[in-house]
Amino acid sequence: MTHYIFKRLLFAFITFFVIVSVVFFMLRLAPGGPFDGERRMPPAIEANLKAAYDLDAPLVVQYVKFLAKLAQGDLGPSFKQKDFTVNELIAAGLPVSATLGLTAMAGAIVLGLSIGITAGLRPGSTLDGLLMAASNLNIAVPTIVAAPLMVLLFSVVLSWFPAGGADTAWHFVLPSIALAIPLSGDIARLMRGSIAEVSYEPHVMTAHAKGLKMPRIVYRHMLPIASMPLITYLGPAMAGLLTGSVLVEQIFDLPGIGRYYIQGALNRDYTLVMGVTIVYSFAILTFNLAVDIAYGFIDPRIRVAGP
Amino acid sequence: MATTWRFLNSSKLVMIAALMLLTVMLGAVLGPELSPWNGEDMDWDSLEASPSMSHWFGTDLVGRDLFVRTMQGARVSFTVAFIAVTVSLTIGIPWGAVAGLMGGRTDQLMMRIVDGIYCLPGILIVILLVVLFGRNQYLLFAALGAISWLTIARIVRGQTLRLRNAPFIDAARCMGLSTSHILLRHVIPNVAGPIIIYTTLAIPGVILAESFISFLGLGIQEPDTSWGVLVSDGTQAMESSPWLLIFPGSCLAITIWCFNTLGDRLRDHLDHRDKRTA
Repeated sequence: MTHYIFKRLLFAFITFFVIVSVVFFMLRLAPGGPFDGERRMPPAIEANLKAAYDLDAPLVVQYVKFLAKLAQGDLGPSFKQKDFTVNELIAAGLPVSATLGLTAMAGAIVLGLSIGITAGLRPGSTLDGLLMAASNLNIAVPTIVAAPLMVLLFSVVLSWFPAGGADTAWHFVLPSIALAIPLSGDIARLMRGSIAEVSYEPHVMTAHAKGLKMPRIVYRHMLPIASMPLITYLGPAMAGLLTGSVLVEQIFDLPGIGRYYIQGALNRDYTLVMGVTIVYSFAILTFNLAVDIAYGFIDPRIRVAGP
Repeated sequence: MATTWRFLNSSKLVMIAALMLLTVMLGAVLGPELSPWNGEDMDWDSLEASPSMSHWFGTDLVGRDLFVRTMQGARVSFTVAFIAVTVSLTIGIPWGAVAGLMGGRTDQLMMRIVDGIYCLPGILIVILLVVLFGRNQYLLFAALGAISWLTIARIVRGQTLRLRNAPFIDAARCMGLSTSHILLRHVIPNVAGPIIIYTTLAIPGVILAESFISFLGLGIQEPDTSWGVLVSDGTQAMESSPWLLIFPGSCLAITIWCFNTLGDRLRDHLDHRDKRTA
């Protein structure tokens, strides 16, 4: 098991390093610098600016300097928002994004599991048909359509929730739901399939024959096996959730790091975009690592032999 | 042909999805020709008009015909689906087949790379690419393909592993056929079924991704249009003229639903093993 965890850790570290390097070189090799404005700057000023941001050194030196700073957790100054470092900007946005993401993830899992189990226990029934139709709808109606409609209905017409900002918990309700809905549809479909499949397994039949109550059979005998595909799916789901959060932050006007990403990408704020990309990849890789380790604990085959 | 017909007849849902998709496709091809308007003309007499006999889907804030613009958006969506899927098949099939056929360390390395990319937020990388290297729509489409080949590679590898020790592959090896010949003539034709299924399921993904990026203002630019751009414009005006959001939004949702439904049913239809739970 230690060997397995070590291998996953090493893999995560290498992936992180590759991502950081690729993004670094991509940003530096792209045409157009961060200081290309409408008006040409006097050469002396431009040289000074470049020196201040370490842009005058050879690419390799820049890269090494960047890695050294990154190892200390320093993401450098923002190119466009002159008075802020990237660390400060991210520190301001991260709590908002993290709250949004975690609430949405929790909501999607609870909703998806309930729908999936209910439908999967009676495949082919009317209830199953209705629940699956609803889940398919949740997947098919894209967030770019659903989220504005939610604002229109719940904020503008009914005024139940505020339309933008992140001041109170109420501000997070609609965005979290908007982010969770498509994910819950995926989870429900996944769970329905695996629950329906596992209910034919001999050990579940035995549990029925012993006269166990339904909730206990589902909880003790079906869920541990049926949730394996779900656990594998959580890694990519997390990546999808991050992407979705960029959009949801934009629509609901939440000041999270997704907004900085779009803003930074539009103004060529290299350091800001790098910083947000690094935070995103770090979050995804940590989450994936946790999922892999959890998988190792749940599945005895991996515990013994490795994947 | 007979197989296709049997699949379409297998359930009402499949027939409905196929017909709806055909309608949207016909609209994309013929729509702009059928309507008297074109997507850029402004009708000054009916700015932000609601749907009528003259403007079937109404008009937008500057009086452009929404029906024509929505159908132009459909063209963009089908183009992105075609280009991105071509790119992803071109990378994914050889990648998976080579990994599966070679096995051992090569396989390990190639699949680790896939795992690594799999956990990245692909759309964000595409945004970065498009912003850095210019807003060329074909670059955008190709980049979307370049992030969506992973599932295909995994499927092809899995199927190839299954085939690797099959007697007819052994026989081909014994006859001294080259690896590339075995791949092209014996492996790939046998994995065609799963490839078709996952291609159908990948299309809604890339259509959504394009509309997502265009919605944020980073994809297709005015005066060209796409469903993402139209939905974004519709969102600005949804309180006064909701049809601007509803028509393009519904077209997008319907198209996604059709592809998802067809892909799912195709999987159940071709995969007899899962008949039990289908």
